[in-house]
Amino acid sequence: MSLHVDAGHPTRAPMPPSRRHVRPRPGRSFLTWLDLKAAPYLLVSPYYLLFLVFGLFPLAFTLYYSFFDYDLTGTVEWTGLGNFTALLDDADFWKAVVNTLAMFVIATVPQILLALLLANALNKRMKAQLFVRLGVLLPLVTSVVAVAVVFTQLYGRDYGMVNWVLSWFGIDPVSWKTERLPSWLAIATMIDWRWTGYNAIIFLAGMQTIPKDLYEAASIDGASRRRQFWQITVPMLRPTMIFVVLNSTIGGLTLFSEPTTFYNGNVHGGTNSQFQTVSMFIFEQGFREFDYGYASAAAWLLFLLILIGSAINFLLIRRIGGNK
Amino acid sequence: MIANSRRGRLLAVAAVAALALGATACQSDDKPDTASGGGSTAAAGPVTITLQTFGGGKNFGYKEAVDKWNAEHKDIQIKYDNLTDQFEQVYWPQMIQWLQSGAGAGDVVGIDEGGMGLAKAHPEWWADLGEFGLQNRKSDFAAWKWENGVTADGKLFGLGTDVGGMSLCYRRDLFEKAGLPADREEVSKLWPTWDDFVKVAHKFQDKIKDTKFVDGTNTLYNVVLVQEGAKNGNVTYFDKDNNLIVDKNPAVKTAYDFAQKISQEGLTAKLRNFTPEWNTGMKKSQFATLGCPSWMLGAVSGDGGAGPDFKGKWDVAAVPGGGGNWGGSWLAVPKQSKHPKEAAQVLDYLTGKDSEVSVFNYAGNMPSNVQAQQDPAVQGAKNEYFNDAPVGEIFAKSASSLQPIFLGVKHAQVKNAIESVVSAIDDGSVPYANGWKKLVDDAVKAAG
Repeated sequence: MSLHVDAGHPTRAPMPPSRRHVRPRPGRSFLTWLDLKAAPYLLVSPYYLLFLVFGLFPLAFTLYYSFFDYDLTGTVEWTGLGNFTALLDDADFWKAVVNTLAMFVIATVPQILLALLLANALNKRMKAQLFVRLGVLLPLVTSVVAVAVVFTQLYGRDYGMVNWVLSWFGIDPVSWKTERLPSWLAIATMIDWRWTGYNAIIFLAGMQTIPKDLYEAASIDGASRRRQFWQITVPMLRPTMIFVVLNSTIGGLTLFSEPTTFYNGNVHGGTNSQFQTVSMFIFEQGFREFDYGYASAAAWLLFLLILIGSAINFLLIRRIGGNK
Repeated sequence: MIANSRRGRLLAVAAVAALALGATACQSDDKPDTASGGGSTAAAGPVTITLQTFGGGKNFGYKEAVDKWNAEHKDIQIKYDNLTDQFEQVYWPQMIQWLQSGAGAGDVVGIDEGGMGLAKAHPEWWADLGEFGLQNRKSDFAAWKWENGVTADGKLFGLGTDVGGMSLCYRRDLFEKAGLPADREEVSKLWPTWDDFVKVAHKFQDKIKDTKFVDGTNTLYNVVLVQEGAKNGNVTYFDKDNNLIVDKNPAVKTAYDFAQKISQEGLTAKLRNFTPEWNTGMKKSQFATLGCPSWMLGAVSGDGGAGPDFKGKWDVAAVPGGGGNWGGSWLAVPKQSKHPKEAAQVLDYLTGKDSEVSVFNYAGNMPSNVQAQQDPAVQGAKNEYFNDAPVGEIFAKSASSLQPIFLGVKHAQVKNAIESVVSAIDDGSVPYANGWKKLVDDAVKAAG
C-alpha cells in the first residue's frame, strides 16, 4: 500500500510553474492532453479490450448465430426465430430449467443462511482466529474434480457411505444418481460444501465494517445477542447481502461443473436428464450434437433467466431491514 | 507482539497447508500421463508423435508396442495418450472440434467404428496415407475393413486396428456356486439362443441373490443389436442412404425388447457399462456375465475393471445367437499434423502384423490385420486371465465370418441418445411403458 496517488508528480515537476499563463507549444500541448485526458482511458483500456474480445464479442456472436441453423460438421442456414420457437417447445429444455431452478433453491437458501451464521460465529473473539477464518475457505481451493470424485463415492448406490449411514436407521438404499430429488440434494450438498465458506468470508468482511458502538448502545439498552444479530447485523449487511445473493444467483443458474462431474463428465445429467442444468443442455446441444445455433439460442434464454432471477432476488433482498 | 508472531506462524502454517494441497492436486492430475511410457527421456531433437486413443482398461493395448518402438527409434518418439474411456460422450465430440478448428488433435488418432461414417464424410480432416505408400497395405485387411478407411473420393485415410468379434464372459466360480456347469464348452451348450440364456439366468438367480446375472441392459442390448442387424441387411440405426430407420428396423426393436425383458425380470445389476459404478461392480462381483467383444477382455482384466484379484475366475464362452461384431477401430492421421510422414510411419507400424499380435497378447483386442489373425501366436493364444481360454481360436473364428454393419454419419450421436434410454429403463428413471417411444423420439432428435 505504499503506492500513493502523488506518484505521478516527478514527471510533472520539470514543467514551468507558470505554464498555465504561457501559450503551450504544440507538441507539449499534445503531451499534456495525453497525460491529463487520455491517460486514464488508456490505463483502464486493457480491461475493456479484454471484455470486448472475451465478453462482448461472444455475446454478439452468439446472438447472431442464434438465428441460424448452424451444424458444425455441416451447413449454416438462416432460420430467423426458428431456434427460439423450437426451444420454447422443447420438453428437454424446460426440464433443464426446472432442474436448474430446483437445485438453485435447494442449494442457495441453506447456503446463505449457513454462511451468515458461520460469519457471525467467526466474528467473535477466538483463539487461532486467522487460522479458523482461513480454514472455512479450504473447500474452495480444492479442485472441483476432487470434490466430485469424493462426493460421487459418498453417494454411491451400492457402496456409498451415505446409504450405509442411512441403513442404520432402516432406510432403504437411495439411488442418488437416478432419482430426481435425491440427485438434486446430493448436488446441492456438493455446491454448499464448496461455496458456504466463501460467502461466509464475504459476510465476515461486511460485518467488520459495522461500527462497534451500535452494538455497545444496543447492549446498554438491554438487547440480547440474538436481537442484535437480527436488528443490527443483518440490516447493516444489506449491501453485502445484495452482492452475495446476486453472485449466488448467477453462479446457481449457470451451474455446470458439479452436476457434470457427478455423472462421470457426461453432460446428459443422468440417464434421463434427471439433473441436467441449462448450462449442460447448452453444452450438449453445442458440443455434443454440434447444433451451434440451437445452443446459442438456449444461451440467450439462460441470459434472460438470469436477468429475471437477479431482478427478483434484488427486489427481495432490498426489503431486508427496509421496514424502518 | 506475542500475538503478532503467533499470527504470523499460523499464517505460515496455513500457507504451507494450502501449498501442500495444491501440490497433491497437481500430482494427481498428472498421473494419467505417466502411464504413457517413457517417451520423454529420449535425446534432444526427436520428433514426437502424439498417439490419441480412447477406451477403458487397457484400451488400444499399445503400451508394449509403443515401448518397443521408442526404444528402437531415437529420432521418432511416440507419446501414447489415452484420453478417456468414453468414445461417443467425450472423445469423439472433442476430436471433431479439434479436426474442425485445425488444432489440438494428435498426430495419430484412434476412431471407433461409430465415428467412421462422419470421418469418411470429411476428407478435408485427414492426411492422405496413399502419399506415404500405405496403399500397399491393402492385402493385409479384409475388404470391408479396408474400404471403411477410404473416403468417398477415394482417399485412404485410416487403417484398421482391431475387430470386435463376440463372446460371452462369465464368472466360473459363481457358476459353480449356483450349481451350473463351469466348463466353457458346457456353458456354451447351455445357451444356443437368448431364450436359453434367460432360462439359465433365472436358474442362477434362484440360487444366488447378491450377484445379478447381467451387468445392465446396455451391454447385451448392443450384442443383440449387432446380431439382429446382420440379419436385417447389415444396418442398425441408419440405412445405407443415411436415413434414420430406428423405428423401422426390426433389429432395434428386438434388441430393445430383450434389454427390457432382462431388466423387468430382475436379472440386471442396473449398472451402465463404462461408468465408475460398473467398474466397482466388477470388483465387488455384482454381476456374473458380460457380453464380450474381444476388446472387452482388456476392459475386464485391466486395473480399472475387475483387475488382478479376479484372475482365473473369469472365462470365455460362446455367445448366444452366434457371432456378431461390436466395435473395432481405425487409426488415422489428421491433416493438421506437423509430421504427417513420421505419423504415417507410426501408423504403419501400429497396424502392422507384429504390433497387432502384441496388442492381442497384451490386451486381447482381436487384430483386423489378416496376417496377424493367422499368426500362430494369435491362433493358438490362450488368455491366462480368463482361465487360459483359447481366445485366439474363439475370436479368429468369428473374425473370419464377420458381417460388417453399416453405420451412418450421425451414428455416434444417435447411439449415445439411445443408450441413455436403454440404461434409463434399467435404473427406473424411464418407465418400461414409455421406453420405446422415448428411444425413437430421442433418436430422431439426435439425428436432426
